[in-house]
Amino acid sequence: MSVKTEVAIIGGGPAGLAAALSCYRHGIRNIMILERDEHLGGILQQCIHNGFGLHWFGEELTGPEYAQRFIDEIRKTGISCLLNTMVIEIKEDKTIYAVNSRNGLMEIKANAVILAMGCRERTRGALRIPGGRPAGVYTAGMAQRLINIEGYMPGREVVILGSGDIGLIMARRLTWEGARVKMVCEIMPYSTGLIRNVRQCLDDYGIPLKYNHTVIRIHGKERLQGVTVARVDDKRNPIKGTEEYVSCDTLLLSVGLIPENELSEGAGVKLDPITGGPIVDEFRQTSVPGIFSCGNVLHVHDLVDYVSKEAEITGEGAYRYINGRSPSDSDYLQVIPGKGIRYVVPQRIYGDSDVEFYFRSNGIYKDGTVELTDGEKVLASKRLMRMVPGQMERLILKRELLTGVSKTKKLQLRWRNRNEEDDAECS
Amino acid sequence: MQLICILCPRGCHIQIHPGKNGEWEVEGHGCKRGRDYAIQEAACPLRVFTTSLWVDGGAHRLVSARTDRSIPKDKIIESLKLTKGLTVKAPIDIGDVLIKNIAGTGANLVATRKVDRI
Ligand SMILES: Cc1cc2nc3c(=O)[nH]c(=O)nc-3n(C[C@H](O)[C@H](O)[C@H](O)COP(=O)(O)OP(=O)(O)OC[C@H]3O[C@@H](n4cnc5c(N)ncnc54)[C@H](O)[C@@H]3O)c2cc1C
Ligand code: SF4
Repeated sequence: MSVKTEVAIIGGGPAGLAAALSCYRHGIRNIMILERDEHLGGILQQCIHNGFGLHWFGEELTGPEYAQRFIDEIRKTGISCLLNTMVIEIKEDKTIYAVNSRNGLMEIKANAVILAMGCRERTRGALRIPGGRPAGVYTAGMAQRLINIEGYMPGREVVILGSGDIGLIMARRLTWEGARVKMVCEIMPYSTGLIRNVRQCLDDYGIPLKYNHTVIRIHGKERLQGVTVARVDDKRNPIKGTEEYVSCDTLLLSVGLIPENELSEGAGVKLDPITGGPIVDEFRQTSVPGIFSCGNVLHVHDLVDYVSKEAEITGEGAYRYINGRSPSDSDYLQVIPGKGIRYVVPQRIYGDSDVEFYFRSNGIYKDGTVELTDGEKVLASKRLMRMVPGQMERLILKRELLTGVSKTKKLQLRWRNRNEEDDAECS
Repeated sequence: MQLICILCPRGCHIQIHPGKNGEWEVEGHGCKRGRDYAIQEAACPLRVFTTSLWVDGGAHRLVSARTDRSIPKDKIIESLKLTKGLTVKAPIDIGDVLIKNIAGTGANLVATRKVDRI
């Protein structure tokens, strides 16, 4: 089977849904969403806790409610959604190969493609913790799915490694279900999760959060029996003599998310080694003209609201591209992370409209400003009381300020402490 | 007591103590909302809770649910016990009341996911 479409969207999570609606609002009518799962909404369907939508809808929703609002909108438009459909390859010329049980192998020729495949969780393999392979070791997201979708309790005595948001949310959920969460170990001196989640999920239930601690060994043959945890030094190496055995039947890993970009790479899309996602311009167009990217496949977001916001931009991008108004490589200004900044998206800009930058810090900083400079003058800045890696920050650049800035220059985003001289990093 | 305000990203560290004549003494808040939050936290912390219930005859095994308003934190475990062993019948729509006035809190437990009948 071979079909044609104006825009093909890979992934029907919040990013894909918002991207599709935005294309529709820009007048594009031939839109197709390809989703491998049996329902739309992506990972949100298993995130049953509240806290979504404060920025987008101005009210606090749960994951499924947030998703349903977008799904209802999609249903009104007649955008075609192919469910249970797995995309297996995307070519640079925007030919897509997908499979489902109804049509078998499909070839879809699209004018523009929006990548919205989300991310996956880092697993134990990525961490290399020594020990056997007993049952009872899960990623936090797997446990979330087991409890919230399948209705199955993974265990009774739990240790959580990593203080990412999913791990924090699961600590509370497991406590509510009657399990005993003994501790959360975080290898860094700070949490990578949102402060409100540390408060509501751990502090409320007296669950200790051990900074500078990690799991160094897994014990048990058939079923997990315990773990050895230890304090780490500032190079993150375990310190001898600080080992402690903690009995548990379940270990949850909440140690980070990785954008899922095998398909993107196959299409020749260049990736940013820091974000793990494509290098994009302000319309989230990748290095391959006509291929766009948004949501967690582009960079890992902590709030779904900004996923929706970012995805909306791609609709305008796709519209511009289809109508032949896309910049070429020499039209771009590069944007690079400077002091205190781990990454910034977009990594390059065309600059014919205002641009909102999304960025993350590389450590904890207090009381200062983030500045976007062209090496001579400051083009945009923002005062921040604190900047932490767990919280994505934003900065808007007004288009007028770019007039006269040469395209050969590089823009740099950097942190400046309030006291100029005092350049030391606080922690 | 010491707490971190979670209402906005500034995350102010607030100190709150019972003062003279029944007033609270609050310090460290960046705005009035933070002050109100600290007083609420000190007097009676409120939380929304979410869970899921078994479904009979539905397209999904479970339906997710939440309270339609915040309830006192120490009522959460009691409320959760009331949801155990309960099965609800499909079809269910978002907002359908699954348990009325849960644990006498005045809050209803409502569905947060649509579950079609099969
Ligand atoms: C386990 C987990 C829990 C999370 N919990 C929270 C939370 O509590 N709060 C919060 O704000 N954020 C949470 N996040 C972050 C959350 O992922 C984002 O807020 C948001 O869901 C990202 O949207 P997305 O559309 O980019 O990705 P997703 O929601 O992951 O959607 C991607 C979609 O693409 C589909 N897909 C992928 N590959 C293919 C393919 N080859 N063919 C067809 N379809 C494909 C997937 O099936 C999926 O439906 C969580 C993330 C994970 C992984
Ligand atoms: S006190 Fe006000 S400014 Fe400070 S964190 Fe709370 S809401 Fe924000």
